[in-house]
Amino acid sequence: MFNEKNLVQKRNRFSQILAAVLVNSVYEMRNYPIVLINTVLSPLSFLLVIVFVSQGALLGDAIVGGFIMSMFSAGAALQGDLSHLKNDFKLQDMVVSSPTTWQIYMFGMALSEIAYSLPALFVLVILAHYFMALTLIGALELTGVLVLIFLTSVAIGFTLSTFSSDIVQSFAFSRLISTLFSTIPPVYYPLTYVPLPYRYLAYLSPTTYAAELAQNAAGYLTLSSTTMALDWIILIVVTVTLFIIARNKARWREI
Amino acid sequence: MVKSSREVVCDHLTKIYGKSKTRALDSLNFTLPSQGIFVLIGRNGSGKTTLVRILATELEPTSGSASINGIDVVEEVRKLREKIAIVPQEARPIPWMTPLQTVLSYLLWRGFDYGRAKTRALQSLERLGLAESANMLNRSLSGGMRRKVMVATVLSSEAEIIFLDEPTTGLDPISRREFWEILRTIGKERFTFLTTHYLEEAEQLADRIGIMDGGKLIRVGTLEELRKSVNYEYSIRILSPGHNFPALKNGEVVIGTAGDIRILTIENEAFKISRELTKRGIKFTINPVSLDDIFFYLLSRKGEK
Repeated sequence: MFNEKNLVQKRNRFSQILAAVLVNSVYEMRNYPIVLINTVLSPLSFLLVIVFVSQGALLGDAIVGGFIMSMFSAGAALQGDLSHLKNDFKLQDMVVSSPTTWQIYMFGMALSEIAYSLPALFVLVILAHYFMALTLIGALELTGVLVLIFLTSVAIGFTLSTFSSDIVQSFAFSRLISTLFSTIPPVYYPLTYVPLPYRYLAYLSPTTYAAELAQNAAGYLTLSSTTMALDWIILIVVTVTLFIIARNKARWREI
Repeated sequence: MVKSSREVVCDHLTKIYGKSKTRALDSLNFTLPSQGIFVLIGRNGSGKTTLVRILATELEPTSGSASINGIDVVEEVRKLREKIAIVPQEARPIPWMTPLQTVLSYLLWRGFDYGRAKTRALQSLERLGLAESANMLNRSLSGGMRRKVMVATVLSSEAEIIFLDEPTTGLDPISRREFWEILRTIGKERFTFLTTHYLEEAEQLADRIGIMDGGKLIRVGTLEELRKSVNYEYSIRILSPGHNFPALKNGEVVIGTAGDIRILTIENEAFKISRELTKRGIKFTINPVSLDDIFFYLLSRKGEK
């Protein structure tokens, strides 16, 4: 029964992706429900602070910020999770020596991070439905920005995971990039709130461009078509560049 | 390199690690049949894990080549990965998952459909006596059961070649013996490449044994072949050191890792020495040469060279 040869003639790619989603999000959320609360609370906590401080004036901006932070944190978390599974459980070594390719593994792991963020995204969608007046074009634009910012953070997370060799280091990296790219930059509030000399610093973060585009899509900011085009180009170039770096730096098989 | 089927072949396989220039494998050459259980023994840092990781396509060699059943471990990685499975050293099941989820997800990664994966996972767990614990969290299992869960993953797969890197390290003697039964069964079905530093384990399980030291495979063969290579039949272990023991006409003194003294000798000589030791009141044991004796004998010979 266990000695069958050529049993699996055709590998099920969907199963291989599903494995990553199950291991890195579904089983964890099912067996440790506390992580569900954490994943919901993290982006909503900033949203609440901004709403309270602005006395409700920045509710829409804060919801947009919540979306961006959720997506960016999801991708950035990939770094800690990959490192954890590789170094502490040797799971990645087992997968390397299996018919799964690195592309499938990475795609599955990235999807698992989205799955992990679904509770937070669900709450944000409900809030957006009631408190934001998104047009269809605006919603599509917002979705595009969120996909791009997720891909950017996945590339950052993936690259950094190849540098860290233990869990303390990798979670420190994870927290650092989350703070640098989604908490400090003007993600939860308009860029115009940042005093001018520091505004240029904010433009060092890809999340600033994403927030600008998202706030524009939601109608909280009016960007000129040139600025919009520039923001899209920068965001796409940053994402592609980070993916190229990740592809060149990362090693599925060690040397 | 001439490739042939049902063999593991290493040809000048060398691995030098990064900036430290540590030579973990030093121009390794060997051919062995890929059947039954092959046990690789050696001290820590002898290169066992490096060899396993290269053969299991996790690590690239610096130079040289290797193949399993005619499939090159560097050039034909995807083809080989269809046929192998590994439980790496220090691998452990994820604590927030159950044994069923652990085995099931591994099979999904190997590309099984969900339904078939679940059936096979349950069969494998049952086979290892883990059916009742299938839905408990891994964190609540004992160390021995966790190891069984890891072995259940590769056992449930369709892989023809199984690598187990020190699967019994840290287990208590009873759990280890239980484990041996499982490993024997696996070895009957598929080629099992196992590393250990428990010599007794190799003696109990192996169809063939390889002895590694300093990145080289210093001897490979069946236990009988290894015994013959030593040229001595008996091992006298001195239990009360500090005494003068009789001069040897035909034998050699070997020092074990714990500093214990062993005299390896032929049958006639062994009985003469035994009588002499008894006369002098020196405590000793006498046994046929074991793998333990062979191991230390070969390491000491290597040191002399």
